[in-house]
Amino acid sequence: MPVSVANSQLVYDAMKGVGVTLVSALPETWLVHLIRMADEDPDMTLVRLAKEEEGVGISAGAHFAGVKSAMLMQNHGFLQAINGIVGVSLLYKIPLLMLITDRGGFGEKDPWQTEGGKHTRPVLDALHIAHDDLTRPDDVQPTMAKAMTLAQSSLSPVALLLNRDLMWEEPR
Amino acid sequence: MKRIDCLKAIYPELEDCAVVTIMGAVAAELYSLGHRANFFYLEHAMGLASSIGLGIALAQPGRKVVVIDGDGSVLMNLGGLTTLARSRPKNLVHLIFDNETLLSVGGGAPGGYKWFTTATSTGTDLAGIARAAGFPKAQTVRELDDFEEAALDALDGGELSCIVAKVEAEMPKSFLMDVHMLENRFEFPRALQQPPRDRAALRRPTRIAKEQPTTIPALKSREE
Repeated sequence: MPVSVANSQLVYDAMKGVGVTLVSALPETWLVHLIRMADEDPDMTLVRLAKEEEGVGISAGAHFAGVKSAMLMQNHGFLQAINGIVGVSLLYKIPLLMLITDRGGFGEKDPWQTEGGKHTRPVLDALHIAHDDLTRPDDVQPTMAKAMTLAQSSLSPVALLLNRDLMWEEPR
Repeated sequence: MKRIDCLKAIYPELEDCAVVTIMGAVAAELYSLGHRANFFYLEHAMGLASSIGLGIALAQPGRKVVVIDGDGSVLMNLGGLTTLARSRPKNLVHLIFDNETLLSVGGGAPGGYKWFTTATSTGTDLAGIARAAGFPKAQTVRELDDFEEAALDALDGGELSCIVAKVEAEMPKSFLMDVHMLENRFEFPRALQQPPRDRAALRRPTRIAKEQPTTIPALKSREE
């Protein structure tokens, strides 16, 4: 499977580096290695969700209890979680680190992924949620650190969009 | 059975717990018994109270977490029951007040008239759903004595449990809550910074006065 193991490891290490010890997730192809790494790490609590909105609540609870967390999801998972993001994170001013695999952009071969990707950034912007793309391996650690810093200082959700160039290696 | 009487029965037990309630009547009635910093009232995002409780329970396994939910909210996040069940936090008690109506979002009216009922009014069994989702323990109670016994057992017990309490669709006496959402949001994590005490050291609740003395041994031993 041409999902980048090396770059998934970079993202995972960066996430741990900013103090994340609890991750909630639903899988999608680009997330398989990240979720496996969380599952295999005895220092990480992995919560397998039924639907992404739950993860917003779980992260809020973890924050209340003094634990840093992150959500792993895809574009449609983010879109599914909107009510929780608005009704918990934004309303109550709770930090939330969202890692969103950004499907549906240039190079997308799956027709069913092409709509969700189109709406992710406009929705993030409409909610005034700070976001950035993770595209180059060198940027992963510093951008993750800055994202977490802003989430904690602004008590807000932030989003990192994991791009195709980072997560996917085209078979040669 | 009235929601407020159930809340009165467990109120003294909630001292060291992390308590997460849903919005509306449940929040207002718990507040009316005396606000504490370890109570968090989720005033929106129906369905997510149990998810917040799960996050706390996983982050602080040494603290008892009590989620006080309602049928309308639970029905908005049935998948959350499966996530709770598979995570199986030993320190979480899920209380669900089931009045078979969306009372607090306009589905109820004074006098108990229900014009927007939930599916529990037509037979949906939330305790059955919780059991089928994988909760090790889930039961429905209809009498105050049974609620109190089940709730105290769950609070003292060491496994994930769910109690569905069938209650009247009665409005609270007042919805007034003199604690702002954000004040509550900031005091709550501060309260959770205090280490919980041993539950055995906590005093037992004052029993609600009854006309007939109880003969249930489990309850008798609590009174002694």
